[in-house]
Parts: sequence; C-alpha cells; structure tokens
Amino acid sequence: MSEITVNGKTINLNDEGFMTDSSQWDMDVAKELGKLDGIEITNDHLKVLEYLREKTAAGETLTIRKVGKSGLVDIKGLYKLFPGGPLKLSSKFAGINKPTSCV
Amino acid sequence: MNSTDKKPLQKVCIICAKGSIEDVYASLVMANGAVMEGIETRLFFTFFGLDAITKKTMMKLHTATVGNPAMRMPGGLPFPTLLGAIPGVESGVSSMMRSQMEKLDIPPVDEFLEMITAGGGEIYACKLAIDMFKLKKEDLSDEVKDIITIGQFYELADGDRTQIIFT
Repeated sequence: MSEITVNGKTINLNDEGFMTDSSQWDMDVAKELGKLDGIEITNDHLKVLEYLREKTAAGETLTIRKVGKSGLVDIKGLYKLFPGGPLKLSSKFAGINKPTSCV
Repeated sequence: MNSTDKKPLQKVCIICAKGSIEDVYASLVMANGAVMEGIETRLFFTFFGLDAITKKTMMKLHTATVGNPAMRMPGGLPFPTLLGAIPGVESGVSSMMRSQMEKLDIPPVDEFLEMITAGGGEIYACKLAIDMFKLKKEDLSDEVKDIITIGQFYELADGDRTQIIFT
C-alpha cells in the first residue's frame, strides 16, 4: 500500500499501484499516476482512460481488441500510448482494477 | 514491496508445431499476453503449426473430434469417437469453438497475428518445414517477418531472462 496526494486529496494505491477507490479518480489524478510510470498523460491518453472507465462502469470485460475497435485508437497506437502495458497501464491510470482478461 | 526486487521475464520464444485450433490458440494467447505485459516476444511456427500462418489455411483451422479423450458434448456428456467420424461433425464442432471464442473477444487467427505484431511481437516460420511442405514466403501471412532455421531461432532466444515455450 502507498498513497499519493493530488490537489490536497489523498489517493490510496495498492501494492501494484492501482487505485483502491475508483471514485476518487479525475484527470489530475491520472496525470500524477502517469508520472509515477514515466508517462506524460495527454488528451489522447485521457480519451482512452475515459473509454475504459465507461466500459467498466457498464460491467464489460476490457480487452485491447475492444479498445482497438472503439474508433479512438488502433492497437498499434494503444501500444504507443501505453508502452509495455496497453491494458494494464491504461487501467492503472484510469483508476480501475487490474484487467482480468487474457486478451 | 519493491518492484526492483523482482526479476520479471524479459523475453519469451514460443514454438507452435501443431495446427489444431486449440494448439494454435494456446500459442497465440501466450504470445499476445506476453506482448501485453511488455515482454519481448518471438513466435516460431513449424510443421503443422504452419497452417496458422499460411494464408490458405489460417482461417480454416480444425479441432480433432476423433481420438480426443477430452472432447465433450455441449451438456458435458462424453463425445463418442464414432460420432466424431461422421462427415460434417468435425466442421460443426470447430465452427462452434470459433464462435465461442469470438464471444470472449478472442480474435480470428489473422487479426490475432496483427495484434501481436502491432505490439512489437515477431513471427517466424521454420525453414525446414517450409521446404518440406513446399511453401513460399508469399504463401504466408504478411505478419510473418522471416523464414529462419532452428539455429537462427536459438540466436533470437539469447538473454538471461528468456524462456522457450513449446506448445
């Protein structure tokens, strides 16, 4: 467990750096989480993060294939935005749970 | 927990030597999963595994309904081998498997190969098997990077934290 402070708010993270309370998420939190992994969060990143949060709220299982078909970004682009973790890093920055799908 | 204490895998080299749906998908899921984890990934197709990267056959993979002891009816009852031998049964079972996978968002073979290379994974074909089956580079999917020998494959598998997986 660790915590970070964003705009005076304390955000709790689990051992793997995922937020423990998804409702605390906002754009500034996402930017701070990105910094921890050395990624600067741009508008292109945010579009993906918001998409992931929407789908998660709707109870859908996330896959990179689904993101690739969303029209926001193709799979190659997704890897460029989140190097080495197209679904894991993006889920982390979106403040949602670690992905549970195998694709 | 300090993540620097861990020594994560750096590279996996996966060998696919069989051409049934389940064997090919085992290799593809493992390869794609590795790419998604940021692990350097090389996928080597040989013998009947070549069906998965040959344009003519890659979208028509099959599963064995004869001599497959793990085969079950949809309700879980045993699947009689003789039933599997009836014409049409095998193709029905295979297309059912494909549609079940589609529901889980597992892509068809051609798209799966594209997903792997989009993330930087590399796909190779075995020279010996290519010669044996009399195939050419142009018979293979565009996602195939090269036709290589087993010696070249071992060269690609260098590094401390590399694993070779044979499916």
